Amino acid sequence: MTAAPTHHNAVGSRHRVRNAFLTVITYVIALMFLFPLVWMVMAAFKTESQAFASPPVFFFQPVLENFQKALPTYGPALLHSLIAAFGSTLLAFILGLPAAFALAVYPTRRAQGVLSWMLSTKFMPAVGVIVPLFLIFKNLHLLDTLPGLILMYTTMNLPLVVWMMHSYMTEIPYAIYEAAKVDGASVGQEFFGIALPLAMPGVSATALLCLIFAWNEVFFALNLTSSNAAPLSVYIGQFKTSEGLFWAQMSAAATLTVLPVLIFGWVAQRQLVRGLSFGAVK
Amino acid sequence: MKRILLLSLALFGTAQAASTITIATVNNPDMVTMQKLTPEFNKKYPDINVKWVTLPENELRQKITLDVASGAGTFDLATVGSYEVPIWAKNGWLDPLTPMFAKDPALAKAYDLNDVLPTVRSALSNGGQLYAVPFYAESSMTYYNKDLFKAANVTMPAAPTWQQIQTLASKIHNPSKGVYGICLRGLPGWGENMGLFSTMVNTFGGRWYDMKWQPQINTPAWKQAVTFYVDTLKKYGPPGATSNGFTENLTLMSQGKCGIWVDATVGAGFLSDPANSKVVGKVGFAKAPVGPGTPRGSNWFWSWNLAIPKSSKQADSAFKFLTWATSKDYIALVAKTKGTWASVPPGTRNSTYNNPQYKAAAGAFSSLVLSSIKSADVTKATKDPVPYTGIQYISIPQFQALGTQVGQYLAGALSGQSTIDATLKQMQDAAQKTAKDGGYQK
Repeated sequence: MTAAPTHHNAVGSRHRVRNAFLTVITYVIALMFLFPLVWMVMAAFKTESQAFASPPVFFFQPVLENFQKALPTYGPALLHSLIAAFGSTLLAFILGLPAAFALAVYPTRRAQGVLSWMLSTKFMPAVGVIVPLFLIFKNLHLLDTLPGLILMYTTMNLPLVVWMMHSYMTEIPYAIYEAAKVDGASVGQEFFGIALPLAMPGVSATALLCLIFAWNEVFFALNLTSSNAAPLSVYIGQFKTSEGLFWAQMSAAATLTVLPVLIFGWVAQRQLVRGLSFGAVK
Repeated sequence: MKRILLLSLALFGTAQAASTITIATVNNPDMVTMQKLTPEFNKKYPDINVKWVTLPENELRQKITLDVASGAGTFDLATVGSYEVPIWAKNGWLDPLTPMFAKDPALAKAYDLNDVLPTVRSALSNGGQLYAVPFYAESSMTYYNKDLFKAANVTMPAAPTWQQIQTLASKIHNPSKGVYGICLRGLPGWGENMGLFSTMVNTFGGRWYDMKWQPQINTPAWKQAVTFYVDTLKKYGPPGATSNGFTENLTLMSQGKCGIWVDATVGAGFLSDPANSKVVGKVGFAKAPVGPGTPRGSNWFWSWNLAIPKSSKQADSAFKFLTWATSKDYIALVAKTKGTWASVPPGTRNSTYNNPQYKAAAGAFSSLVLSSIKSADVTKATKDPVPYTGIQYISIPQFQALGTQVGQYLAGALSGQSTIDATLKQMQDAAQKTAKDGGYQK
């Protein structure tokens, strides 16, 4: 009566200790990942001299003046970022999904070569192509325009879409297509009726990646836009100055920039997780 | 229907008359003020829309260069540093302003170009033509913490030598209490440690090149300057000086942690601002230190200017903004808006320094800033003659790269990674390569 529960308790407490230990480790790792972000948000509510102080200030009276300084130019930049990120992701999918489908379900002898070639466009550092790109954009009157930025980000994300969707679609058992063919489905029906719905979890994961890449992109944005299409990544940069302190202001701008992504991620997380775990393809 | 027609006609009319100019600028405090005053410009010129593009300095430089060189014409006006103005003018990237002033005598008279300090005008000219007008200008000077000086029972001469500065720093240095004798720029970069260090080389009697573009770094003057700089900062400077640029040293100084600081004259305004400085009213000012070689080139010259890129399609409207933002009226407008004359853009016009209200407000440092800028002659910055202009830079396009490279070698010597002799050899080789590759040596 007494011996068994004691033994049981010992095992239980060892479990508890290990669980507690793992929980602590998890929190430590999470904190390490989150700390830069938390520090940025904290800096956004400090005064400039507090943000720059050494040793660092942890307790302070929060102020809102940095947001007052950051907000006036925020609106247009946010709009540009939203249009460029969603527009380019949509366009990349319209172009990339059929390509991925064709390469996955109807591969030719050169399919592997085509895929490698697409990936190879990502090998070149962006700065290597900026001058020709700038001149092309200039001649096509795409400089500082949203269509120009959307086009740029589409080309940037297209290889990603093709590669990721290709791998999702090759995982769909070929027998399903064969069954559809026996029932007389056309290629279009195979695409819209089978490949697309079954690869949906992949679509949402890839779309999120594309959105984040486009959202965070700064090099092309800096060089190809100036005012009419400048997105949030360029907006953050404008707070840097060579004279005086700017860390708190810039942190406020950066906080405002990650805010939409955080909200978006928070809203989408349930759908994302469900999409990833409830897919037909295992 | 008739009303709609009239309305659309009116809209069409204004649309035709209005022009839009795009101005590229850095985000320095004086430029932020300029942006905020745009509505005042529109009161005077209602038919000119102004669009602002704000970028960090290096990105701005890159972008304007690309824009002008490719003729894209995105920008009608840009803030350009004094280093680039003559180089860009030589490349044909800027519209000369002299003919524009000649075209509009009434405007030229009101603008009063002769009021602009002569050393500033000469820094912004090339081949007898003016290519930019100064928005604000700065030089360098010595700041010191009066409390720390009093505690150590020492005084700062009005025109100190570097040797005196070192001795004073040694008396104040007390790292156990978090007080350092001297703070100097150590962060590598042509506009960071090299800004200060080039003035030291000048006043120690050194120069980058001789008249035949042979590098002159393996000379006693450079060796003396490097040795002195490294010694002083290692013995009496803050730890980790190689990561301290203008902003970091400003913070140390404003928290009362530095005895002496030699840096840009614009620092005076920040140190007098109670919002960011704990040493308001406790800072003394003196001339930039001179070395054993020559008084020439001991204080630098820098100005932020407004210039019209050649590719601009709205040069006339841009010229109107340029003359407005650098006029006497604008300076008075800033004083009125900010509520104090101490906040006006400094270093550009005699009339500012003759203004009793400015003298009263800017007080202690205003005359020192003026005399520093007036003595900062970009054409006579070294003891021996040189084939280029510039004080803390030399006005060739390759200097950005050369200055930054040499700045990195200097930081290497400061952090103890390499010896002084090895550092000098690296610098000499870099300067030789630049002169040779650039085709300067005949």
